[in-house]
Amino acid sequence: MSYLCDGHSLRSWLLTTDHKRIAILYALAITAFFFVGGAAATMIRLELTTPAGDLVSDDAYNKLFTAHGVIMVWLFLIPSIPSVIGNFVLPLMIGARDLAFPRLNLLSWYLYMAGGLIVLAALALGGVDTGWTFYTPYSTMFSNSFVSLTLFGIFVTGLSSIATGINFIVTVHALRVPGLGWFRLPLFVWAHYATSIILVLATPVLAITLLLVAAERLFQIGVFDPAHGGDPLLFQHLFWFYSHPAVYIMVLPAMGVVSEIIPCFARKRIFGYRFMAYAILAIASVGFLVWGHHMFVSGQSPTANLLFSLLSFLVAVPSAIKVFNWTATLYKGSIRFDAPMLYALGFVGLFTIGGLTGLFLASIALDVHLTDTYFVVAHFHYIMVGGSVMAFFAGLHFWWPKVVGKHYPERLGRAAAVLVFFGFNLTFFPQYLLGVAGMPRRYHAYPPEFQVLNVLSSAGASILAVGYLLPLLYLGWSLRHGRPSGANPWGATGLEWQTASPPPTHNFEQPPEAPQDVYGYTPEIGARFGR
Amino acid sequence: MSAVLPPASERSDAGTLGMWLFLAGELLFFGGLFAGYAIGRLHSPAGFAAAGVRTDLLLGTLNTAVLLTSSFVIAIAADAAAAHRARAAVLGFAGAALLGLVFVAVKAVEYRGEWHEGLFPGPGFSMRDAPQGAELFFMWYFSATALHALHLVIGMLMASGCALAQGLRAPAWLRALDAHAVALYWHFVDVVWIFLFPAIYLVAPRA
Repeated sequence: MSYLCDGHSLRSWLLTTDHKRIAILYALAITAFFFVGGAAATMIRLELTTPAGDLVSDDAYNKLFTAHGVIMVWLFLIPSIPSVIGNFVLPLMIGARDLAFPRLNLLSWYLYMAGGLIVLAALALGGVDTGWTFYTPYSTMFSNSFVSLTLFGIFVTGLSSIATGINFIVTVHALRVPGLGWFRLPLFVWAHYATSIILVLATPVLAITLLLVAAERLFQIGVFDPAHGGDPLLFQHLFWFYSHPAVYIMVLPAMGVVSEIIPCFARKRIFGYRFMAYAILAIASVGFLVWGHHMFVSGQSPTANLLFSLLSFLVAVPSAIKVFNWTATLYKGSIRFDAPMLYALGFVGLFTIGGLTGLFLASIALDVHLTDTYFVVAHFHYIMVGGSVMAFFAGLHFWWPKVVGKHYPERLGRAAAVLVFFGFNLTFFPQYLLGVAGMPRRYHAYPPEFQVLNVLSSAGASILAVGYLLPLLYLGWSLRHGRPSGANPWGATGLEWQTASPPPTHNFEQPPEAPQDVYGYTPEIGARFGR
Repeated sequence: MSAVLPPASERSDAGTLGMWLFLAGELLFFGGLFAGYAIGRLHSPAGFAAAGVRTDLLLGTLNTAVLLTSSFVIAIAADAAAAHRARAAVLGFAGAALLGLVFVAVKAVEYRGEWHEGLFPGPGFSMRDAPQGAELFFMWYFSATALHALHLVIGMLMASGCALAQGLRAPAWLRALDAHAVALYWHFVDVVWIFLFPAIYLVAPRA
C-alpha cells in the first residue's frame, strides 16, 4: 500500500512519523512561506520602478525587505531542499525504512511551524525594520519594532534545523543498507551529510547570538553595548559565523540535487566521483573560516581582512572542481533536455556567475567599493535564487513522479524552466550594473539615472513570478490528471527508483541490495525511456 | 513490514551518536557565550575584577561539589541500567536528579543574596562607582548561570524519566529514553559548570 493511501484522516498526517509524509508537510509549509516572502519582494520591486519613494514609506520599505529576507532565508531556503527533498529521498537512497529518529523528525516540523508562525505574528503585529542581519546597536538600542519576537521565532526554527541535522547524520551512519559503503553513496547523500554537520555546528551560535540580542533589548545592558564595555563588532562576528556557513546550508543540498540529475539526463557516470565528495567536505569545512569577508569595512584588523580574503578565495577551488566535473559529465553524453535537466543546467550557469562575482567581493580593495551596493544583492541572489531555488525546482520535477506516482506535463515544465531562467537574469543582472554604478542597497528612493536598470529588474521579476506560479498550477493539476509514471520513469540508477511510485509506507517490499555502481549510466538505457 | 528494520544494536548506537552530535552543537552554543565573556574581560579587566570578588565563592564551591557528585552518581546509574540492575539504576538516576535540585536551590539562594546586594544589572545596580564593565560582568553572570540552570533542569527531567522507566509498567515512550545518552548530557552540563566556575568565582584575586 502506498504511503499516500495509508490513512486519509487529518490525524494520520499531523501525527505521522513517516519521513515521506513529513516531507509533504514541509513542502506545503515552505510553499506558503515562499509566496509570502515573494509578495514582499513584489512590493519591493514595484516601489523601485520609480526613483521617488511613492508607493510605500521609507519605514514600510525597511519592514518589507526585512520580512523578505527573514522569511526567504529561515523559513524557505534553509529547510527547502533538506527538509522536503532530503527528508523524502535520503532514506530511500540508502535503502532505509525511515530516518533514525522518526519522532524527532515530526517534532522538527512542529518546531519549524511554531517558529514560522511566531515570525508571521511579529510581521502581522507591525513588522521588523532591522534587515535580516539584525546589526547592533540598531537592533539592540534603537529599533522600535518587533525585534525580540522575530528573534524568538528564528530561534525556534533553529531548534528544528538542529534536530533535522542530527537525524540525517545518524541516519547516514547507522541505516545504510548492508554493503553500501561511503564511496558508493549518491552525492546527494554526501551533500546532505555535510549540510547536516553545518546545521548542527553553526545553528547553536546563531541561537546564543539572538538570545544575547534579546537580553540586551530587555535589560539595556549587554555584551554588544560599548557603553558598558561590550563590543558591537562581536555581534557581526557571531552572526556571520552562522550566516556564512548558512550559505552552504542552502547551496550544498542544491549541488547534491544537480549531481543526481546531470548524470541521469546525460546518461553518463558522474565525472570524478571522489573529488566531488571531497569537494563537498572541503566547502563545508573551509566555509566555517570565511565569515570575516562580510566585515572588510567594519574596522577589523588588516591582518584579519587579509586572512579572510585568502580563505574566501580558497573556497572557490572546490566549487570550481564541482562546476568542471558537472561540465565534464556532459561531455560526449547523450543529453536529454527534460525540465529537471533544464533547471539543473540553469543552476550550473547561474552558480558560476554568482561564484565568480563572489571572488570580486572577496578581494578587499574591490569590496570596499562594492560593500552595501546592489552588486552584493545581485551576487547572493545568483547563489541563493539562481542556485538554490533553481535546484529546488530541478529536484521537485525530478522526484515528482516518485512522490506522487504521476508525471507532470513535460512541455509546461520546460516552459516554466525557461521562463524562470530568463526572468531571473533580467531581474538580477541589471542589479550588478547598478551596484558597480554605486546604487546602495536598502533604499526606497534613488537618483533618476538608475531608473532604466531598475525598470528592467522589475520587469524581470514579473516574468520570474509567472515562472514560479506555473509549476504550482500544473503540478497541482497533475495530482489528479497526470499520466501514471511507473517506478522508474527516468531510467535512473539510484535505490529510490527501485521501489514503487509512490513508495509503500515502509519504502521497500523486499530489502534492497546495495547497487554496484550508483552512477552506472550507459547510453543504451537512455534509449529505453524515450517518449 | 519490518523487512528493512535495522538490527537493534545499531539503534542504541544511534541514540549515543545523536547525543554526541547534539552536544557538539551545545559546545558552540556555550562557546558564543564564552566569547562574550572573553571580549568583555579583555576590554574592561578592572570592572570584571571588581565585580568578580562580589560573587559568593562559598556557595559557588559548594555547588561545584554537588554537581561533581551528581555526575559520579549518574555514571553509576547508566552502568546499572545497561547491566539491567533496576534498583541501582533507579537510585542512581533519582539521586542525580535530587542533587540537581540541590544545585538549583543553592543557586536560588545565591541569586537572592545578589538581588538584595543590588548586583542585578539595571536601575537598582549598586556598584555605580566601580570601573566600567562591572555591570556587564553581572549581566553575563546572570545570563550564563540561568542558561546553565535551564540545561540542568532539562537534565533533571530526563534523569527522572530514566528512573521511572525502570518500573515494570512504564509506558513505551518513557522506556525509549536512552540512559547512556541522558548520562552523557548530564556530564556535559557538569563540564560547562567546570568552566563557568573559574570564570565567575576564581579569576578575580580576593583579599
